Amino acid sequence: MTPVLELSGITKRFGHVTANEDVSLHLDKGEIVSLLGENGAGKTTLMSILFGHYTADEGTVRVEGQELPPGRSRAAIRAGVGMVHQHFALAPNLTVLENVMTGTEPLWKLRSDRAAGRRKLVDLSARFGLKVEPDARVSDLSVGECQRVEILKALYNDARILILDEPTAVLTAQEAESLFATLRQMTGEGLSLIFISHKLHEVMSASDRVVVLRRGKVVAERRTSDTTREELAELMVGRKVERPARPPATPGAVLLEGVDLHVSGKGGASLQGISFKLRAGETLGIIGVSGNGQTTLAGLVSGLMAPDSGALLVKGQTVATHDVPHAIAAGIGRIPEDRNAEGTIGDMATWENAVLERIWSPDFSRRGVVRRAAARSATEDIIKGYDVRGATVDGRIRLLSGGNMQKLILGRVLEAGPDILVAAQPSRGLDEGAIAGVHERLLEARGRGAGVLLISEDLDEVIALSDNIRAIVNGRLSPAIPAERANAQLLGLMMAGDWSAAEAIEAENTHAI
Amino acid sequence: MRFERRDHPSRLLTVLAPIGAILAALVVAGLLIAIAGANPIRAYGLILKGAFGSRLGLSETLTRATPLILTGLAAAVAFRARLWNIGGEGQLYLGALAAPALGMIPIMASLPAPITILLCLAVGAIAGMILLLIPLGLRLRFGVDEVVTTLLLNFVAVLFVSLMIEGAMKDPLAFGWPQSVPVPDSAILPKLMERTRLHAGLLIALAMSVAVWWLQARTVFGMRARAAGLNPRAAAFAGVPLGRTLIAVACLSGGLAGLAGAIEVMGVKGYVTTDLSPSYGYSGIVIAMLANLNPIGVIGAALFSAVMFVGADSMSRALSIPSYIADVTVALSLLTMLVAIFLAQYRIRR
Repeated sequence: MTPVLELSGITKRFGHVTANEDVSLHLDKGEIVSLLGENGAGKTTLMSILFGHYTADEGTVRVEGQELPPGRSRAAIRAGVGMVHQHFALAPNLTVLENVMTGTEPLWKLRSDRAAGRRKLVDLSARFGLKVEPDARVSDLSVGECQRVEILKALYNDARILILDEPTAVLTAQEAESLFATLRQMTGEGLSLIFISHKLHEVMSASDRVVVLRRGKVVAERRTSDTTREELAELMVGRKVERPARPPATPGAVLLEGVDLHVSGKGGASLQGISFKLRAGETLGIIGVSGNGQTTLAGLVSGLMAPDSGALLVKGQTVATHDVPHAIAAGIGRIPEDRNAEGTIGDMATWENAVLERIWSPDFSRRGVVRRAAARSATEDIIKGYDVRGATVDGRIRLLSGGNMQKLILGRVLEAGPDILVAAQPSRGLDEGAIAGVHERLLEARGRGAGVLLISEDLDEVIALSDNIRAIVNGRLSPAIPAERANAQLLGLMMAGDWSAAEAIEAENTHAI
Repeated sequence: MRFERRDHPSRLLTVLAPIGAILAALVVAGLLIAIAGANPIRAYGLILKGAFGSRLGLSETLTRATPLILTGLAAAVAFRARLWNIGGEGQLYLGALAAPALGMIPIMASLPAPITILLCLAVGAIAGMILLLIPLGLRLRFGVDEVVTTLLLNFVAVLFVSLMIEGAMKDPLAFGWPQSVPVPDSAILPKLMERTRLHAGLLIALAMSVAVWWLQARTVFGMRARAAGLNPRAAAFAGVPLGRTLIAVACLSGGLAGLAGAIEVMGVKGYVTTDLSPSYGYSGIVIAMLANLNPIGVIGAALFSAVMFVGADSMSRALSIPSYIADVTVALSLLTMLVAIFLAQYRIRR
């Protein structure tokens, strides 16, 4: 049987960098193939060639035996290749139906046949179990719904081969699960899928076959049933990667305490009366489905917003002024949820990014004048001490990879020696090697007596790093359970708002102490 | 064909971009000169000669560059912080009106000259600030787009000036011409060259360029203003007080434009009319762009613009080409500069 899609001998160079070298790959009908590789391994370049965004220097792309002309997206679409991008390409001010139909009708056609479009959309939506409301505005949709629209857009163009570029990067665990179910249904209908990811558990649960890319080359190909996560991790990184283990905790005094905090949360979800304690040398993990108040909680502790009622106590003192300089001066280190949008300013120099949040301190400015020499040498130390690769003191930070950007953020936060560390989604979007590095730093901070408030959607991460775990649901915090008692089922119940089991464990624990 | 962002826009390209842009603008304007029936090379020769060829020409060029440097700086500092101040023209007019208005207070006549000059410059700057703080307040409070409000306030400001010079501030000795009372004699800026219009305002403008450069490159305020412009969310996360920073930027920007107006009145004319400024405020936007928002570059860009305007006047007398060619060339240079900035930051791939 001819494969529905065949890439052979693809090579693509950008200047001196070889993004893909002699990559060959095939996809059979009704199959899900994962393309696994670290950030920068060449996955996206390869798919861009397939889809005609780039032209390959060498090699051919065949769809059902027919060679595709290089560099022509339209030809790829016509041959039945659809792409779902990591960053959605939807017009927020148009409805779902309008978004799906855009580009499918000739520009000069006077009347758009919306009735037929709607019929086809509703039909596809029912057939693949992708529930959408055709007349909803895209700006009103959640991220998961936007992705459904993206997929439907590809299906509407009669795609038979679908490429999903890191589709779960923006989804919650639940949304990802339902996406995988949809993907299975689609292969059942005769579609073939390529699934790009660097997350091992997704690759294991979603695909039939895995192709591992490293530094632009195919290093291995395995049937999913014949391999293990450990093997894939090693193939992907090229060496054995072990996430650091958590040594036993020696909790000390309470460093951070929330007392019945209510926050309306500008734009984000509100907090409805939460109380918690974070001790020195302890990590408190906060899990939950995104949009339940994590961002507001992190923002509150970070000094970005003030509570409407209730109190936040740092080392026993009620915080009176809720702003960033006061938070930092009180010893709170902040790792933001979104590196690019919040953590760094892409077009500013590395040194400026490293010192901006502490520019008011006498270390970095005197009477309103920046102490450039001091700031630059501090940055030099961070780059060296935290192994921020590719960074120069004066280079723009936009050029760094996500992992190295996160190292710089960790560096600027930890160099200030914070007593309390708020880490929001610290390893989101990072590859295995970088995650291990971030975890090591967080454990180090805990080891030297800092209290770590870890807010994450990655359950494995929370279980591995935390001493106690709470779930945040609709702006309320569940009882705390020790990490040793955590398992997927219990955490799932906690995130769903069923706290009876957790309450029992908490009661049992307080009793024991 | 596609555009890719350059990872490292080279310094050379950044410097070459405005030069290339000006050359391109001159070539296109040259075509227009040729269509109008003259030899472009000769026309440009005459422009240069008109602008630099005589003591008078040189002094006129520098006189003309003075307000342009200040309005250019006003636009450059605002744009750096992504505050789109299109209202330089109105701020300049209010600043100009403030100087003779202050002079109407009787006590001013008895103060020593340096103090009068400083006071007049200060009220000019403050008048400009106020006119920019209104639209900024609307933006911060209600999210009103300042491009629209600052632009429209230009017309309001010029009509207000018109109201004042026909009414409360009308010069009773001007035989009915609509012009304001003159600034006090003690507020007239000293001349830099005998028997020319060149005045000490040029030195103020140059000093302001250096001061603004230092503010932007070396101070906490400059760094915060840039951060707020480039990524407000990240700036807020890093503790930059966004509102306060923008207010400071607006004071600086509006103040510089107001200062331009006060200096023009105190250095050149002595009184305010509604044709005080041949669009200095709008030209400031072009100059800021040509200078790539660099305060020192503003000096060069303002000189280019001044040369074109002064030189084109004498060229048009000699060749009977309309002097509008100067407006056309400066306007074209904005377009070519925008292209040049783009090309310096992106590379073309096939």
